[in-house]
Amino acid sequence: MSAKITPISADEPRVWAFTPENRAKVDAAIKKYPAGRQASAVLFCLDTAQRQHGWVPQAAIEHIAAILGMAPIRVTEVASFFTMINRKPVGKYLLQVCGTTPCWLRGSDEVFAAIKEETGAGKGETSADGLFTVMEVECLGACVNAPVVQVNDDFFEDLDKDNLKAALRKLKAGEQPKPGPQNGRHASEPAGGALTLKSIAGSSGVQS
Amino acid sequence: MLDDKDRIFTNLYGFQDWRLAGARKRGDWDGTAGFVKQGRAWIVQQVKDSGLRGRGGAGFPAGLKWSFMPPDDKRDGRPHYLVVNADESEPGTCKDRDIMRHDPHKLVEGCLIAGAAMGANTGYIYIRGEFVNEARRLEQAIAEAYDAGLVGKNAAGSGWDFDLYVHRGAGAYICGEETGLLESLEGRKGQPRLKPPFPANAGLYGCPTTVTNVETVAVVPTILRRGAAWFAKIGRERNTGTKLFCISGHVNKPCNVEEAMGIPLKELVEKHAGGVRGGWDNLLAVIPGGSSVPLLPKEICDTQLMDFDSLAAAKSGLGTAAVIVMDKSTDVVKAIARLSKFYMHESCGQCTPCREGTGWMWRVMERLVAGNAEIEEIDMLHDVTKQVEGHTICALGDAAAWPIQGLIRHFRPELERRILARKTSAAPAKAA
Repeated sequence: MSAKITPISADEPRVWAFTPENRAKVDAAIKKYPAGRQASAVLFCLDTAQRQHGWVPQAAIEHIAAILGMAPIRVTEVASFFTMINRKPVGKYLLQVCGTTPCWLRGSDEVFAAIKEETGAGKGETSADGLFTVMEVECLGACVNAPVVQVNDDFFEDLDKDNLKAALRKLKAGEQPKPGPQNGRHASEPAGGALTLKSIAGSSGVQS
Repeated sequence: MLDDKDRIFTNLYGFQDWRLAGARKRGDWDGTAGFVKQGRAWIVQQVKDSGLRGRGGAGFPAGLKWSFMPPDDKRDGRPHYLVVNADESEPGTCKDRDIMRHDPHKLVEGCLIAGAAMGANTGYIYIRGEFVNEARRLEQAIAEAYDAGLVGKNAAGSGWDFDLYVHRGAGAYICGEETGLLESLEGRKGQPRLKPPFPANAGLYGCPTTVTNVETVAVVPTILRRGAAWFAKIGRERNTGTKLFCISGHVNKPCNVEEAMGIPLKELVEKHAGGVRGGWDNLLAVIPGGSSVPLLPKEICDTQLMDFDSLAAAKSGLGTAAVIVMDKSTDVVKAIARLSKFYMHESCGQCTPCREGTGWMWRVMERLVAGNAEIEEIDMLHDVTKQVEGHTICALGDAAAWPIQGLIRHFRPELERRILARKTSAAPAKAA
């Protein structure tokens, strides 16, 4: 088969290129690596393409391959290997719900239920209004603040049905809910206030 | 309990300023040039004398690992690289995240010192893609360090040139395996490499490279400032120093905390995490070191010490010191089955025992959750875990096998009970 990919869906643009601003970012990223090692910037390019387009169409992959001097299939295999690269359109808000054991122990089943009730979207689905795509992901690395949902770039932590639904309602209303713990915690300290580091100035619970 | 004055990560919770000014107040970047000027051998010897073992899971002696880099008189012209593994993805583990978002200068300073110790003029920090905000924070800290002359040419006035870059991943647990990480850093899918050659001989771009965990690197400046003997006297022999613990699951107050190595598990959970939900007697089991290590039932947890050798003696491991607590309400078979699903999802597919085995093990685990199996299948499952373990390029196959082995070792009666219960309840239906 020809390496020239026929658009696979109506959503696939035939031509695609970085905006001048993003192209400048890509050129700067390539400089982080030794001469001739520009392929190291492939994940940066894929992420930048996704931020520009919302997802990564085949035309973007070919564009990236041309910039980096890689065969398109080498970019494709990287794109398909990593879960954060979306090869299909997703909603305005991508809800990546951690379902791995530490979050499951703290109620990730409830999280999925709350999202379904509030948005109508179950695992792997996009809500009818196109706002939310729900994806089950593996450990997000915020386990002492479980359960956790990543909404685009931000972690929402210490979730329960009520505080999660409240955050989702804000997103629906076009507002930006505050990321991080949703139960009043500051970060990874025990609920109710830090028990250690209290002798260190500024560590007792008041953010400087 | 560890005294606050012996804690390294004094801004663990981010209540203070993370920026350079705040970091300097906490003592960071003090005397850095002097350490670098002492030379490679001196730094490595200090790290060896401290007893520091790698904080990424395997617990390999850090100074020894760093010493594998070609010495100055054996350099062949290839550049040396420091690569920091910030691909924190082991279920239960969320310690490096706090270092990067709240105490990033400890890591940046550590990179300069570690880089100098390895003869590396360039460092890359490979951070998991999901940590978008943490990566931005780290980039800001590095930019501050460049502006202040702490990294770059003649870094911190040390005479050593050192450039440091952040490289974001994009969602693959396997990139936490050091050679999978290097593959990804070079722009390929993150499939681990066969060893040898080891990274110290041929790592990033075929050059001498050492891959080391965030926490390992970030504690080194403090070790040098306070002395290897200070670190070595905390904890137990061969298991020295302080350690970040992540306590998650069924505790009243899940949290991260820095404690002395060797702290009793019960003390860790009760003093820092508000105890087990419903009290210690409501404890069913603990996974003491991240999802890869076998779980321990309550009777072992009662007296278990939290360090590498104590947990190895209990046929588990300290791993990343991510303590996942399960109370008696837990469906322990389901909890482990979910981990089996994790490893199936994260297998890179390169080695057949792992690619096929992780899926097979997960499917049998799902049947065991419902008791939909034969008693003999428990032994067959155990046998398959042994066929996967040790027969793959990297340790992901092992990591998939161990949680199941732990479940069978400690909860075999529960597995049998479910199978028998299902057979009993199914019997009348069959007769009808």
